[in-house]
Amino acid sequence: MALETVKTELKNGVLWITLNRPDKLNAFNEQMGNDLLEALKEGERNIEARCIVVTGEGRAFSVGEDLNANRAAYESGKPILLGEVLKRKYNPIVQRTRKMEKPVIAGINGVTAGAGLGLALACDLRAASDKATFHEAFIKVGLAPDSGTSFWLTRILGPAKAMEVGLLGEPIDSTTAMSLGLVNWVFRDDRFREEVAKIAERLAKGPTKALGLTKRALNRAIVVDMDSALEYETYLQDVAGRTRDHAEGVKAFFEKRDARFSGQ
Amino acid sequence: MEYQVLAVSREGPMGLITINRPDAMNALNARMVTELIAALDEFEKDDGVRCVVITGNEKAFSAGADIKEMAEMTAVQMAMTGHFFPLWDKVGRFPKPIVGALSGFVLGGGLELAMSCDVLVASETTQLGQPEIDIGIMPGGGGTQRLARTVGKYKAMEMILAGKRIGAEEAKTLGLVSRVVPREVYLTEAKRVASEIASKSPVAVRQAKMAVNKAFEMGLADGLDFERELFYLLFSSEDKTEGMKAFMEKRKPEFRGK
Repeated sequence: MALETVKTELKNGVLWITLNRPDKLNAFNEQMGNDLLEALKEGERNIEARCIVVTGEGRAFSVGEDLNANRAAYESGKPILLGEVLKRKYNPIVQRTRKMEKPVIAGINGVTAGAGLGLALACDLRAASDKATFHEAFIKVGLAPDSGTSFWLTRILGPAKAMEVGLLGEPIDSTTAMSLGLVNWVFRDDRFREEVAKIAERLAKGPTKALGLTKRALNRAIVVDMDSALEYETYLQDVAGRTRDHAEGVKAFFEKRDARFSGQ
Repeated sequence: MEYQVLAVSREGPMGLITINRPDAMNALNARMVTELIAALDEFEKDDGVRCVVITGNEKAFSAGADIKEMAEMTAVQMAMTGHFFPLWDKVGRFPKPIVGALSGFVLGGGLELAMSCDVLVASETTQLGQPEIDIGIMPGGGGTQRLARTVGKYKAMEMILAGKRIGAEEAKTLGLVSRVVPREVYLTEAKRVASEIASKSPVAVRQAKMAVNKAFEMGLADGLDFERELFYLLFSSEDKTEGMKAFMEKRKPEFRGK
């Protein structure tokens, strides 16, 4: 499998999928979206792969959408159809991850933001390095939550905490993430990969069909909702994407300054 | 008849028809129409058959009419051969109950065939739609009429005019399928429902099916009259005597279809 922006390695029954744009903090450009989807499909098809780990190269898990890749478009002032981006790029990744009948672990090695957080939440289990941080960052650039984060955060954190995280967008460190139930495990960074491998390899030796059925049973009550939640997010993001505040938020991001939102 | 595109078998009181053109996503073609009619004829005449199950495979019940075959046809040819209409007549008027076991694609003619069945058991991977509009035509096997009567005008219009497909869960919510089950068991479950129906009185099942179908054709007053006549008629059946006797004797009835 020749993928440009994602590395895959099958080891002891575990398919490791590593997002590999470390100099961009593993931000998603078009290519990485396609590559990750391909890698997930491979994980689904390959009977040797009995557990999947998604992790990131370098100091980030993933910071989500690569705003820089869209810089020219943003600077031209033409609105980007964000709903289309979600439908094409992120929603299929979220759906495939969650519906795949094999356990998928997010190995959250570092900073995780936006759609990167969406990817981590779409996984069945989350193991974090103690260096990992979590940012529901959409609000910082004048957007609404997408890639399933509105759906999973309310379910994992409860509605009150999810509202706080969504509206304020404050970073969450690994200790807090653990206490909130946002991650299943936190490991010391120097032992992180080894510890994730232990869990993954244990699952890879498990009764794969029953694990898949267990996943289906647990997801059943909510996954039907997930699809419509993902669709709903696309509508909201189309609206948010057309606001002046989003344009200002992205401009401020490029200029590395605080955004001055007008409420428009 | 030598079946080429179907597998036809008997399992006790159940007649099983499996659409078998896996390479073509079980697309309906002229040959299949002939074979489906033959298989249904066979099961209609066979008194031992009390319920029929029609299924495809996990990937496709049927993805619709064979477009290659249709591409060359003119209006006159369609009219003169009747195209699939003999099948729609046959399945639409079939007197015994038909359970459709659906999975994967149920599109176009596939959905029209499914909607001619009486009970629909769908795997959770089922996708239903009338995408004829995408190739510049429209449903011609009852799709516009049966879908509108089943899901209502606005959902039917979205599916028929925009070619929108829906998943199993949505279909269940809309009342377009009877139930949704895991994909591993859709056929087993359909057979279970079929054998349940097959254990009832064939006379009562026949009358009841006819009465329900009339609900889509008659006004309520006429429908109620029609129902009442069919209901009265059952009081002259041996199965009615046996059913009521068994109930009072607290045992299972043995219906003989008389």
